[in-house]
Amino acid sequence: MRITQGTFSFLPDLTDAEIRAQIDYALDKGWAIGVEYTDDPHPRNFYWEMWGNPMFDLRDAAGAMTEVLACRKAHPQHYIRVNAFDSTRGFETTRLSFIVNRPTNEPGFQLKRNEVGGRSIQYTTESYATKKPEGSRY
Amino acid sequence: MGSQAERYKSGVLPYAKMGYWEPDYVPKDTDVIALFRITPQDGVDPIEAAAAVAGESSTATWTVVWTDRLTACENYRAKAYRVDPVPGAVGQYFSYIAYDIDLFEEGSIANLTASIIGNVFGFKPLKALRLEDMRIPFAYLKTFQGPATGIVVERERLDKFGRPLLGATTKPKLGLSSKNYGRVVYEALKGGLDFVKDDENINSQPFMHWRDRYLYCMEAVNKAAAATGEVKGHYLNVTAATMEDMYERADFAKELGSCIVMIDLVIGYTAIQSMAKWARRNDMVLHLHRAGHGTYTRQKNHGVSFRVIAKWMRMAGADHIHAGTVVGKLEGDPNVIKGIYSVCRDSFTAKNPEQGVFFDQEWASLRKMMPVASGGIHAGQMHQLITYLGEDVVLQFGGGTIGHPQGIQAGATANRVALEVMIKARNEGRDIWNEGPQILADAAKWCSPLRAALDTWKDVTFNYQSTDTADFVPTATAS
Repeated sequence: MRITQGTFSFLPDLTDAEIRAQIDYALDKGWAIGVEYTDDPHPRNFYWEMWGNPMFDLRDAAGAMTEVLACRKAHPQHYIRVNAFDSTRGFETTRLSFIVNRPTNEPGFQLKRNEVGGRSIQYTTESYATKKPEGSRY
Repeated sequence: MGSQAERYKSGVLPYAKMGYWEPDYVPKDTDVIALFRITPQDGVDPIEAAAAVAGESSTATWTVVWTDRLTACENYRAKAYRVDPVPGAVGQYFSYIAYDIDLFEEGSIANLTASIIGNVFGFKPLKALRLEDMRIPFAYLKTFQGPATGIVVERERLDKFGRPLLGATTKPKLGLSSKNYGRVVYEALKGGLDFVKDDENINSQPFMHWRDRYLYCMEAVNKAAAATGEVKGHYLNVTAATMEDMYERADFAKELGSCIVMIDLVIGYTAIQSMAKWARRNDMVLHLHRAGHGTYTRQKNHGVSFRVIAKWMRMAGADHIHAGTVVGKLEGDPNVIKGIYSVCRDSFTAKNPEQGVFFDQEWASLRKMMPVASGGIHAGQMHQLITYLGEDVVLQFGGGTIGHPQGIQAGATANRVALEVMIKARNEGRDIWNEGPQILADAAKWCSPLRAALDTWKDVTFNYQSTDTADFVPTATAS
C-alpha cells in the first residue's frame, strides 16, 4: 500500500527540484519550514520526531533542502515530511505538509474489530510495522 | 415637555415622527446595524417606510401607546439613519437601521432574528423587504460560542493541510439499503476523498434506518482509514423530529467513533445552537447543510441574503456550511459568493459593497467556518474552483465521483489527483486559471481515472444568469 497522508501523496514522489519549489512557495508566504520523520505512520500519530526546530530565521530554500537531504541520509527508510508553519493571527498552524521520503516497503495497517454490545464494533488501526520496536521497523 | 405630551397623544402618527427616523444618528460601536432593501408600496415615502421597518422590528406598534413613557424608550427604538436608492432598481431603497444592544438577549440567534426578521417582513406598506447585511458588534459576538471546532482545529485533527478537503454526497440520495450505502462510502474514501456525506433528506426512512446506516458507514470509514493511513470521515446526518432524537443519534455517532455529524438548516436556529454546544462538548465537527435556504435567499427583493444566514450560522456554531460553487449547478454569482466565503473565513471582513458586504465586520476571535462547495462540480473545473474558492473549503463531487465510468474509487482518485496537481502547480507559480486545462491533461497522461473523468464531463457547465447579485455596481455581472 501507499500511505496517502500529506498534501501531494497522490502524485508521483516529488523530485528534489519539486520539493524545493514547494519550500520556496512556503518561504515566500513567510512560513517557517520544519522537517520531521517517523517510523510510526499511524494517522493519529501527530508528533513525528523533529529534525531540529522549525527554521524560523531561514529564508533560503537551499538551507531547508540541506536539512531534508541530511534527514533522508540519516533515516532513509523512515517517513519524512516537510511542514510549513504560519504564525499569522487567525492561523497559527501548519499550512502545508507533504511527504518527501518513504520506506521502500509500506506494509500498511491492520483494522482490528473489537465486537462489543449488539452490532457495535470498536475499531483500532494498527500499523504492521509498529509491531517491531522503534528504529527497526522498516 | 409640551411636545412630549403632543407626541404621546392617542392616535396614529407617522413612524418617522415617532422617533424611528434619525438622519443625524451616528451608530455606536455596540449597536447592531441592519441593512434592508425596502420596496415601499406605491405612494409610500421611502423614509417613512424605513422608519416603519425600524419601528416594527423594535418597539413600535401601529398606534401611539402611553406605556412607552414608562421606559427609556429612546434607547429601545431602532433608528433608521440613512436611505439610499438602490442603483439600477427603481422603487427600491437601501435603508440602514441601528439597534441598541440591550434589545437582544446574549447568545441567542432566535432572539436576534425574532426582532430583525419578525413581524416586519409581513408589513403591508411594503411590497417587499430583504435583509441584505448586518454588522454584529464585537460585544454581542463575544456572547456566542461560534464554530464548535473551526477550520484551524478541524485541519489539525484531520492532519490535512495545504489543499481543499474533498468530499462527496452518497447517491442515489434515497433508497439504498444501509449495507449498499456503506459500500459507496468505502469506495469513495478509499479512492482518495476525505469525507463522504449523507444528503439532507437522509434521516431514518423505511429503506434505511439511522442506526443501521451509522454502523455500516463507520465500518466503511475505519476500513478506508486503515487502507490509506489517513483520517477519514462520513457526515452522519442526525437531523430528526425532536432534540431528544437528535441527541440520541449524535451520541451513537460519537460512540462509534465518528469525527463529524451533520444537521440541516431546517431544524431551526435554536436546535442548531444546541447541536453546536453538543459538538463542542463532544470533540465533534458539525456540518450544516443549508436545506431550505433557497426559499428566502434567492430573490433579491425579498427575504434574507445568504451572507446574513452565514453570519448567523458562524455565531450559532456550525463548522461547515454549504456556501456556493460559482461554477456548479446551484445559484452563485462570483462576487456574491466571494462575500459569503469572506463572512465564513475571515478574522476581519472589510466592507465591500460589490460583494454585498456593506459593513466592516470584526469577528471577535470567533472560530472560522469551513465553506462547502457542492452541486454539479467535476474534476475538469479544478483550476476554476481553486481560483474562485481558495484553499479552506470542502469541494464535494457527488455525481463527479460516483458517476465515474470506471467506478467510485476511480472517480475519487481522479478528483484527488486533479486537486493535488493543481495545488502543486499553483504553489510553483504557474498561472492555473489559464494553464489549468493543460495541467489536468498532462496529469491525465499518467492517471487514467482522471483521463476518463475529463473525457466524460469535459463539456458540462451550468451557465445561467444569477438571480442574487450585488447591486452596488449595477453592471458588474450579466444580470
